[in-house]
Amino acid sequence: MANIMIRRGAAGEYVFYLPKRDLEDTITSMEFDQADKWGGEIKLNNGGAYYVDPMPAPPKLPISVRARRMDAAE
Amino acid sequence: MSALTREETEALIKEVLEVYPEKAQKDRAKHLAVNDQSVEQSKKCITSNRKSLPGVMTIRGCAYAGSKGVVWGPIKDMIHISHGPVGCGQYSRAGRRNYYVGVTGVNTFGTMNFTSDFQEKDIVFGGDKKLAKIINEIEGLFPLHKGISVQSECPIGLIGDDIEAVSKKGAAELDKPVVPVRCEGFRGVSQSLGHHIANDSIRDWVFSRDGKDVKSEFVPGPYDVSIIGDYNIGGDAWSSRILLEEMGLRVVAQWSGDGTLAEIELTPKVKLNLIHCYRSMNYIARHMEEKYSIPWIEYNFFGPTKIAESLRAIAAHFDDKIKAGAEAVIAKYQPMVDAVIAKYRTRLEGKRVMLYVGGLRPRHVIGSYEDLGMEVVGTGYEFGHNDDYDRTIKEMGNATLLYDDVTGFEFEEFVKKVKPDLIGSGIKEKYIFQKMGVPFRQMHSWDYSGPYHGYDGFAIFARDMDMTINNPCWKILTPPWQKKPEAEAIAKAA
Ligand code: SF4
Repeated sequence: MANIMIRRGAAGEYVFYLPKRDLEDTITSMEFDQADKWGGEIKLNNGGAYYVDPMPAPPKLPISVRARRMDAAE
Repeated sequence: MSALTREETEALIKEVLEVYPEKAQKDRAKHLAVNDQSVEQSKKCITSNRKSLPGVMTIRGCAYAGSKGVVWGPIKDMIHISHGPVGCGQYSRAGRRNYYVGVTGVNTFGTMNFTSDFQEKDIVFGGDKKLAKIINEIEGLFPLHKGISVQSECPIGLIGDDIEAVSKKGAAELDKPVVPVRCEGFRGVSQSLGHHIANDSIRDWVFSRDGKDVKSEFVPGPYDVSIIGDYNIGGDAWSSRILLEEMGLRVVAQWSGDGTLAEIELTPKVKLNLIHCYRSMNYIARHMEEKYSIPWIEYNFFGPTKIAESLRAIAAHFDDKIKAGAEAVIAKYQPMVDAVIAKYRTRLEGKRVMLYVGGLRPRHVIGSYEDLGMEVVGTGYEFGHNDDYDRTIKEMGNATLLYDDVTGFEFEEFVKKVKPDLIGSGIKEKYIFQKMGVPFRQMHSWDYSGPYHGYDGFAIFARDMDMTINNPCWKILTPPWQKKPEAEAIAKAA
């Protein structure tokens, strides 16, 4: 498990940030991104993937959450 | 010499790498690249923020340098104790030229060196008692200080001193913040982790004390902003601040050049955080965005093109009054910019520059050079990360050289082959290249000049570059006995 932060970039896209490794990247896809469910599998531009427990509603961004690494970046 | 093609640059990298043993070759190859603007992600072409190879000459610093030297050091009304042996603090003292106003030794302490001067017995028996004593001595000798930070040097982490406990006790006795910073030099691969640790210590020990947010009487206004990541080198923050104020914003805090503890404490109340040095201060900006909902933007005050772009981008976060203000500022300085460019562009047009600086300027200063008609043909970071290179690829021309954590050897070889008209790097590189006869400017400390930020800074920047490149001394570097006979004959005839 890793602590990650998700925020919105200048163009409205989701941006992923992993403080422990100072890794910033854009999120290319998020499994659930709807009014009643938010989170799930997150795919990064660098090829990595993380899993965030789905939330019942989109949270206020930026948000720090615990995430499980599914497919390591780098 | 015209620009190198992609193939030539690739061949150059190969040639330079040839002298290394196979393993080192493989490792260093990952840190050298030919720029390709079509690449979206720097990771595909260049690796960064990795441990330097033993045996190669690296130009990096340590985590203590990142925390004490960069982030904490310039906060002028606090006393920063270099906790450990005397050398780390003394040899880095006042070297960064973070200008400030105040009476040194009375209410400001920027250029002074405070150290616990560890001896053998402190290593053997621990230095906590000594630290507690120093904290009390400081209070007695310098009663006007606003707080203390404890900057750990290597031994502190090794002998397991509990500086947090001592700091807490000291803070309670003094009723002033005492901030323990775990920035021992061995942490991380470069000074970059020191920035991060320092940012985190501000978050944990300045923004909140004992888990509670700091209270203040401050009345926030609608146009409050903070300048973050400007260290006021040669007065940089001052020449930036006036532009923001002229456009109608109120600058509440300067981090950390000419900054004070009070300014840092007020920052969570601003409307927008303006980040100049992204590499050293993005951490705290991210934290404030999450905790206090303060948006942040990166800006660039090097060269008129980028200044105008940045002023407009900043204004876009505010109402029409500020937007009109930004336009007025740009218009006001345009005649001055035109005059500077008219004077220097003809003297500098087409000159080629190679840069190798810390964590921000390798991309930020490109605009300044381009505004003068110059071309940056190679750039690299001492301690940049992937996100820095992501941002650099777009700024640099195609087929230019990128080098991460370049070694002394590689840098020299690149310069011999690329033959730039100017190199911008640090003091450690300066004399090597000057002796090779290549014009050189220090781009960390502005070669004791500055400021280079803002419109006023651009005028000084242009003058300095001209003064260096067109200095007649570069033509008289060949000693008489090495001059070719024809050249002599021509000289005699003339
Ligand atoms: S690496 Fe350690 S000993 Fe060396 S300057 Fe940094 S803190 Fe001091």
